[in-house]
Amino acid sequence: MLNRRTLLAASAAVLSAPRVACAQPATPGVTATEIKIGGIMPYSGPASAYGVIGRLEQVYFRVLNEAGGIAGRKINFISLDDGYSPPKTVEQARRLIEQERVAFLFNTLGTPTNSAIVRYVNQRKVPHLFLSTGADKWGNPQENPWTIGWQPSYRTEAQIYAKHLLAQKPDARIAVLYQNDDFGKDYLAGTRDILGDRFERQVKTVSHEVTDATIDSQIVSLQSSGADAMLTATTPKFAAQTIRKMHDIGWKPPAHYLTNVSISVAAVMQPAGPEKGVGIITSGYLKDPTDSVWRDDPGMTEWRGFMQRHMPDADHTDGNYPFSYGVSKTMEHVLRQCGNDFSRENIMKQATSLQNLEIPTLLPGIRVNTSATNYHPIRQMQLQRWTGSTWERFGEVLEGARV
Amino acid sequence: MAAEDAVPVEVVAAPARPDAPTDSLAWLAVPAMVLLAMAPAFLVESFRLFQLTSVVIYAVAILGLNIVTGYNGQISLGHGAFYAVGAYTTAILMASFGLPYWATLPVSAAVCGALGWGIGFPALRLGGLYLALTTFALAVAVPQVLKHDALETWTGGVQGVFIAKPDAPFGLPLSADQWMYLFTVAIAAAIFVLARNLLRSRIGRAMMAIRDQPTAAEAMGMDLAALKTRTFALSATITGVAGALSAVAVEFVSPDSFSVNLSITLFVGMIVGGVASIFGAVFGGLFVVFVPNLAEDIAGAAPGVLYGAILILFVFVLPTGFAGLLRRVAASARRTTATNDATPGR
Repeated sequence: MLNRRTLLAASAAVLSAPRVACAQPATPGVTATEIKIGGIMPYSGPASAYGVIGRLEQVYFRVLNEAGGIAGRKINFISLDDGYSPPKTVEQARRLIEQERVAFLFNTLGTPTNSAIVRYVNQRKVPHLFLSTGADKWGNPQENPWTIGWQPSYRTEAQIYAKHLLAQKPDARIAVLYQNDDFGKDYLAGTRDILGDRFERQVKTVSHEVTDATIDSQIVSLQSSGADAMLTATTPKFAAQTIRKMHDIGWKPPAHYLTNVSISVAAVMQPAGPEKGVGIITSGYLKDPTDSVWRDDPGMTEWRGFMQRHMPDADHTDGNYPFSYGVSKTMEHVLRQCGNDFSRENIMKQATSLQNLEIPTLLPGIRVNTSATNYHPIRQMQLQRWTGSTWERFGEVLEGARV
Repeated sequence: MAAEDAVPVEVVAAPARPDAPTDSLAWLAVPAMVLLAMAPAFLVESFRLFQLTSVVIYAVAILGLNIVTGYNGQISLGHGAFYAVGAYTTAILMASFGLPYWATLPVSAAVCGALGWGIGFPALRLGGLYLALTTFALAVAVPQVLKHDALETWTGGVQGVFIAKPDAPFGLPLSADQWMYLFTVAIAAAIFVLARNLLRSRIGRAMMAIRDQPTAAEAMGMDLAALKTRTFALSATITGVAGALSAVAVEFVSPDSFSVNLSITLFVGMIVGGVASIFGAVFGGLFVVFVPNLAEDIAGAAPGVLYGAILILFVFVLPTGFAGLLRRVAASARRTTATNDATPGR
């Protein structure tokens, strides 16, 4: 929830700042009664399962307006469909910025789609806030000062695994199986961040293509390296194959880390054989809506209340809803922190000065922090272990490295 | 099939004997239309201009598809592949080899032409639906090939390739969007005029003869194999140029930009615009760019349903596409004037 101290500090900062807002030219999309925000989501096409994120956002801002809006202004959230097609994303971004004249873009989804517009929005100096993508490249203030991600990047996740492993065995040797694309390579980068010079000595990497039929030979070659730990950075189908193959050839390294992209029980653990993956470690940052631990949790009670009241027909087990609620909450906080100055500069400034913000759907202890040099809002995660039937969280919240 | 009744209509539509006056009229019409097409550059704001640029690019791509499918009867569901190859060729030449955008167009055209010619050979043995399936496979394969490791140095893998939109040359007082639109219109106009001339020539008639009566065409001495492969190559070239223009207009290419959906979109554009019609391609371009947006504006929650409904409606109401409608309107107008104005010898 809103932390009172940060709110006070922020209001003090706003009050003490010279009132330059009046002198500035009006921000597009901001009037005395309205703030126009643009969003782009794959409501259709190959990634349409993520469309529910945009649906919740629309409801969220509507509810916010019913409760009085922000600084006397209603939020006009225009969320358009790009079908996960980059040229269409460009068209929709230009429509939002040039035609609808939105103040900024919020939570545009997808790595290729955001890649297509990142240069355009930065040239135009339009805030491009809290993207829905796990790629690490969105946290680069030197190159893209107007673009900021939200969720922990794959690279942060890999840093956390490497830290956890080295804490137990500093000279551990690691075998990495990665999918040969942006996603897989972020895990190599994260491991390298922690190991530094020792990477070449202690890490054995093998890649596979997303088009490969099996990864059996890769597993065998990794086994022969005699590593102490395995890091599997691949998509669900291959993750299931990896777990099964490692079990079948009797390779059981002391630690096996698995990317949280591939922890679906239905798509990975069940097909692999739930007993074959016992002890596998992964990580998370959101509260799982199906986990009974959160039955009385205030944050999840708030979320469930929202869902029951405003989206009763939605699938309440879908993890995209807590994600969307969390990112919308962050957005609301930034807008409140803006005070009465909704210039693009100030919106960006407030988005990059969040301090220890607690979000109801994030795991306890995980806080949102940003600064002028830190464009990775969430860089903490908690490890969890497969028990044979469910993922069980353990240990402290861990933080990625600052690189 | 719609294609088969389209041609006789076109032949009938051309006024009976005296070709000369209509031809000169047509030649006046071309510059008039080009001027009309250029007007938006100075009338609408840059976002609309970007959309219109997309319309023109899709129109060119649909024209390419129409030549092979509409005029030559070889069904292709894989023209997105040529579009992708054209786009990537231009993007790579600009990003890795520093070529100016205009110099990349002939290269993209040549690469796509060669690829289309290569695809044209299996097409000789595969008729109708089997060819459709083969070309569809091509469209499925291309995005994955673009991601492949061996090509990653140039294609950037899943990251794609960024290029910069060119500014207007010679210090012309035009914005980048205005210039891109005018450049695209100029290229498109040239391609449309050339395509029109080709399709109205001996070769164009041979293409249609092969589509309608292959046996008779062969009996008359036409070289079916050569014509079919060349038609495929020409079609791929035109669609490839459209792809190249799209890369420059969008300033970014990635494998996800050229999914199977793109090929389907082109096919839809061709049917809606009018099979075996040159100008139908322009309507097709307008349709595929604006109707999905319209559907989204009207039916926020389920735009796909509305788009589908509009599509079905079009197929029912305009089975010969926009172009067919225009032909019918023109024909009935001519009939009315003919009855009203009895003076002969025009």
